[in-house]
Amino acid sequence: MLKKICLRAAIVALCGHAALAQAGNDNAFNPAFSLILSGTYAGLQRDPAIPATGFAMNPNPGHEQGFNLGESEMGIASNIDPEFRGVATLALASAGGISVENAFVQTTALGDGLNLKFGRYFSGLGYLNEQHAHAWDFVDQPLVYAVLWDNQLGEDGVQLKWLAPTDLFVEVGGEMGKGRGFPGTDRAKNGNGAAVLFAHVGDDIGVEHSWRAGVSLHRTRAANRPSDNVPDLLNTAGGVSNSFSGDSQTGGLDFVWKYSPNGNFRERYLKVQSEYFRRKENGSLTYDTAGANTTDSYSVTQSGWYVQSVYQFMPTWRTGIRYDRLDPGVATVGALNAGNVIGNYAFNPSRVTWMADYSPSEFSRIRLQLAHDNSRQGLPDNQMFVQYIMSLGAHGAHQY
Amino acid sequence: MNKILSVITLLLLSTSAHAALNVFACEPEWAALTQQLAGDKASIYTATGALQDPHQVQARPSLIAKARSAQLLVCTGAELEVGWMPVVLRESANSKIQPGNPGHFEAAQYVTMLEVPTRLDRADGDVHAAGNPHIQTDARNFLPVAQALSQRLIQLDPANTAYYQQQLATFNQQWRAAIAKWEKQAAPLKGIPVIVQHRGFPYLNNWLGLHQVAELEPKPGMEPSAAYLGKVLNDLQQHPARMVLRAAYQDGRPSEWIAERAKVAAVVVPFTVGGTPQSNDLFALFDDTIARLLAALNH
Repeated sequence: MLKKICLRAAIVALCGHAALAQAGNDNAFNPAFSLILSGTYAGLQRDPAIPATGFAMNPNPGHEQGFNLGESEMGIASNIDPEFRGVATLALASAGGISVENAFVQTTALGDGLNLKFGRYFSGLGYLNEQHAHAWDFVDQPLVYAVLWDNQLGEDGVQLKWLAPTDLFVEVGGEMGKGRGFPGTDRAKNGNGAAVLFAHVGDDIGVEHSWRAGVSLHRTRAANRPSDNVPDLLNTAGGVSNSFSGDSQTGGLDFVWKYSPNGNFRERYLKVQSEYFRRKENGSLTYDTAGANTTDSYSVTQSGWYVQSVYQFMPTWRTGIRYDRLDPGVATVGALNAGNVIGNYAFNPSRVTWMADYSPSEFSRIRLQLAHDNSRQGLPDNQMFVQYIMSLGAHGAHQY
Repeated sequence: MNKILSVITLLLLSTSAHAALNVFACEPEWAALTQQLAGDKASIYTATGALQDPHQVQARPSLIAKARSAQLLVCTGAELEVGWMPVVLRESANSKIQPGNPGHFEAAQYVTMLEVPTRLDRADGDVHAAGNPHIQTDARNFLPVAQALSQRLIQLDPANTAYYQQQLATFNQQWRAAIAKWEKQAAPLKGIPVIVQHRGFPYLNNWLGLHQVAELEPKPGMEPSAAYLGKVLNDLQQHPARMVLRAAYQDGRPSEWIAERAKVAAVVVPFTVGGTPQSNDLFALFDDTIARLLAALNH
């Protein structure tokens, strides 16, 4: 527009001034702003509040039935100065209210392969944990992420990563944080509430294949971590409320492999990924805090894995399948609670999911997802989802 | 102690003096140009292949690892690499190649940009605020880019100044002669009406005088639909074209569909070094591009 006026006016000096004024405007330094609009229709046969069998003391982020606005996500990012970059992601809940999903500062000029991040961020463990919901390949997270990390482990703390100066991609990182997200508990005390260590290795094989593999370790302590509606050996109607305090240690393995003919991702690609997590918790469990209130030792090892594959068979169209499986483990329950707390559920929750999505551009996506959920014993659930994800404004580059 | 220190210092200095400059080239044409200008003084890694859409590249671990040790990044800029380069730069944690540093070179800053949009609206498709980024299809653009890139090499590696100056002088001389030759060869292409699959050729059109009458993508970056192709075909009756152009990395089906029905030649141009078997260096890139366009004219 300005250009047109300039051509018409043909007064170069005037146009020069106008351009200068525009660059000198306060808005010129505005950060990159993005907004994700998403919504889902979910058709479920079972009440989504029922947790996976054996995981009643874990989070159950679940689903919402019917039409749902989903979370709208507002992102703001910018360089702060030559040393720092800041990123904030605010989640606007459909029921109202804003929650701070990410709000971190990272260094941009440390060099020597060092990246320091502090504030609130998604932990670098595993492969999917750092990805925002709008980048997920399915409507929901794998079951193992849902029950072990409440979908995603967010942390308030400090992360330091180091990239080795080698041709092979080798990255190691560590985090220290408050431990606010499950399996930790928010608490008011000095010191480190949770620690994470992770390492990633990756490379290409020719121009068509690339891969990344990783290991992660997470350690935290839970203090009076509450859980409600937990079934017990006495078959108490509606379950009981328990509370756990103790150590929590999780180990994880992740792997992703991508293939594209000629390495041309616009046309076709195949992505295969898998992750495995295993958590050992050791401490004391208080059974029925509202009633019997008996405390004794409790330890259990829970684990889970998923494998999924997404295939873009033509530009704009993709399809994917995923298989999920969980193992609630066999708990060692102290004598005082041996007659109350269920130690062995003898059931492995699992789920099979299929999806297809269509993306007219890189800013819009519409998805259909069907799942056969067998995560609750005796309550198989056939689930149907339709989802849209739209991205407005600045659109940051995606991670691998 | 002092002796040991000075020996170590000498060793470090000597290795840095002899080590080739690590260059991370985003696209094959810039790798080829850097090769012309830096010869064996640079060790060059090319991030994308000629058969890959440079808009859509994954921020792969290998790219991050290579960017970590790069001393100079040579890219197109103008948002061509906006979908992957920011992640690679950030994750590489290499302060030398971050924007604003001497190790960050964007070719598009040194040429006159075409198709700079007067309005920015995503409803117009994949438009780039700085203008059309496919600057490498006009051979003349390599002259100012070579000049700037050579200066950058000298700035980063002053010990080899004389060598870089010599290489630039040789390149300029050979390239000017080649441009004159190509322009002469391409004279019959002037004013020829063409269709393009993606809006990737404004610089080529501008250079050789090709007259673009239609695009197969309804909006830049959007897939051609059957309905839209039908409309293009219909419009071609009023504005007939002689050929339909596409880059080597693009799917051939839309071009071939139109070519068959509109009875025009479908031309695959290499678009960058390595896009066709014949285009194995910068000179061959334009030799082959013009040969293919001329062949289509005699179709």
